[in-house]
Amino acid sequence: MSKIKSLADLKKMSSEFKSKVDLREKGDTIDKLVQIKVAMATCGIASGAKEVMDFFIDELDKNGISGVVTQTGCMGYCYAEPTIEVTVPGKDPIVFGYVNIDKAREILDKYIKNGELVEGIIPVNYETVDK
Amino acid sequence: MAKYKMHILVCGGTGCKASNSGGIAKRFEEVLKERGLEDVQVITTGCFGFCEKGPIVKILPDNTFYVEVKESDVETIIEEHIVKGRKVTKLLFTDPKSEKHIEDSKHMGFYKKQMRIALRNCGFIDPENIDEAIARDAYAALGQVLNHMTPESTIEEVKKSGLRGRGGGGFPTGLKWFFASKNKADQKYVVCNADEGDPGAFMDRSILEGDPHSVLEAMAICGYCIGADKGLIYIRAEYPLAIERLKIAIKQAREYGLLGSDIMGSGFNFDIELRYGAGAFVCGEETALIHSMEGERGEPTVKPPFPAEKGYMGKPTNVNNVETFANIPPIILKGAEWFSSIGTEKSKGTKVFALAGKVNNVGLIEVPMGITLREVIFEIGGGIKGGKAFKAVQTGGPSGGCLTAKHLDTPIDYDNLIAAGSMMGSGGMIVMDEDNCMVSIAKFYLDFTVEESCGKCTPCRVGNKRLYELLDKITKGKGTMEDIDQLKNLANVIKDTALCGLGQTAPNPVLSTIDNFYDEYVAHVKDKKCPSGECKALLNYVINPDKCIGCTACARVCPVGAITGTVKKPHVIDQSKCIKCGACMEKCKFNAISKM
Repeated sequence: MSKIKSLADLKKMSSEFKSKVDLREKGDTIDKLVQIKVAMATCGIASGAKEVMDFFIDELDKNGISGVVTQTGCMGYCYAEPTIEVTVPGKDPIVFGYVNIDKAREILDKYIKNGELVEGIIPVNYETVDK
Repeated sequence: MAKYKMHILVCGGTGCKASNSGGIAKRFEEVLKERGLEDVQVITTGCFGFCEKGPIVKILPDNTFYVEVKESDVETIIEEHIVKGRKVTKLLFTDPKSEKHIEDSKHMGFYKKQMRIALRNCGFIDPENIDEAIARDAYAALGQVLNHMTPESTIEEVKKSGLRGRGGGGFPTGLKWFFASKNKADQKYVVCNADEGDPGAFMDRSILEGDPHSVLEAMAICGYCIGADKGLIYIRAEYPLAIERLKIAIKQAREYGLLGSDIMGSGFNFDIELRYGAGAFVCGEETALIHSMEGERGEPTVKPPFPAEKGYMGKPTNVNNVETFANIPPIILKGAEWFSSIGTEKSKGTKVFALAGKVNNVGLIEVPMGITLREVIFEIGGGIKGGKAFKAVQTGGPSGGCLTAKHLDTPIDYDNLIAAGSMMGSGGMIVMDEDNCMVSIAKFYLDFTVEESCGKCTPCRVGNKRLYELLDKITKGKGTMEDIDQLKNLANVIKDTALCGLGQTAPNPVLSTIDNFYDEYVAHVKDKKCPSGECKALLNYVINPDKCIGCTACARVCPVGAITGTVKKPHVIDQSKCIKCGACMEKCKFNAISKM
């Protein structure tokens, strides 16, 4: 372990270590972040949901977008797996179906970054009970 | 470094550790390894505060808050939540009012009204890993002070923040530092008072266990301000986990050069050592604490001279409480103005309370000054256990007094509590319901102070013993009205004449209960009755002959054979034999037995 010799050293170290607690800090301010839920039931995983999830985790980070990627159970759209639900702060959640890596990149570039809607939206046909 | 997708935080505070949170954390690691889930990290943190429902496990980033987790639940959590993304409903916290499961901590009444400054990292970081503390800006305030501020301007900032001592007295911290800085000497000391002794209080322990670096950093800042290069933490040996984590923290800080010589290239030297106490209550008093550290008997001496002039080894010494120190780094980083915008006119910032007694959510809370008792007890605390009626809350421990229903809407701060006949104290808050007898409560605290009195001065050694005897007499139904007057007189004399804070404040629980519950004292004396039924000597169990069917269940359960009667005929209790254990009343299916 090297010594911290100046305030600049400390600040550098602090920002390096930020990633260690980043996930927890995000948990504290989750309402202000882009939230992506990936359906990870058997059907989702079989259709490649895990790769899609990894893609979002890496890409959000690379693009400097503060967001949280979580997994969720089966959303019921087994015909359209992998499915994801994207919530941009201040907007209603949107569910996308048939999300492979290419689609995921399109959703990221168009919808998450610029707010443009893309093909593949599954219309909401249910109500979520508010907690 | 591998990127983690999820964090599993397991509470490693003393409370949860006692219910096997260590085993739970280990099990999580094992199961994750077995299943090859490398992208999930398990972190043992400090106290979450919600000790009532421990052990606590929190899953991030979705903020899921699991309560009363057992080692056998670990596999279910991993299988359902981590792998399949489904929350484990049976482990979620259930709101007692709506009876709904609450999925994340943001929606829990317990956390909604809290504001965490001193506890900012408790339950968030791994206290045994300095890197996580640094990621949360630990030592940044020290760096700023050493590089960009003079001791004078730092003291000025602390003064302006309005921070007052969190150990009980409420003396302005900036002023205390100023006095210590003014005294010239070849050697000065910074002492951290971690001799937390109030019954039921565990604020300081939780801070040291959950975020030890905040205290180390603040002590170094204080050292820079007053011109000391040595810090001592006086901690009771009954806090093994806090001691362990402090030792780790000091070692890690030294390795990074954040303690030791020439800290961050500023030329400032500071190092910290631990001193262990044997857990005597009086050693929380700063002069007694200093004598104990010197190897003398833990007895107080008259002030002046104050420790700021002549303290440890006769050198100028600044003593602050753990929680006071924990507030310093945020004040430096966010500024005095930010801090003083929180709280009331004369009490700034937040206060940590250990909420205990007959309240639904027992635990550790941090709330802004000026919050009302009603909010603390009924919103954060979730109300009184078993739906009983609120009677009083004791603040300030054995030195404080009780607040009653009429104080429920008084904003809590140093001055309002004193005006109400109690005090802030170190932050113990014990809630009492209708079943608590106030005379017995006063007796309980006197029993404690009699035990803890060091015996140096007569008013405390003898006077408090006499107070205890009078209270004992009253609870046994042998008191007279003169005894109540005598209690008041003696209490006031002790307050005026005792040597140190322990003796001067010991009669407070007596005076405060007489003031607020005079009728209860009178009932004990005149009617020989204890209205709450807690004083056994004044209690009679009787059988109502109209309701008793003569089933003999009570006679069979009575451990002393005090109940007699023939089968199918009403029974009777022989009061001279009855030991008032209440077993008969519990056993009776016909509500025929009552307390009188």
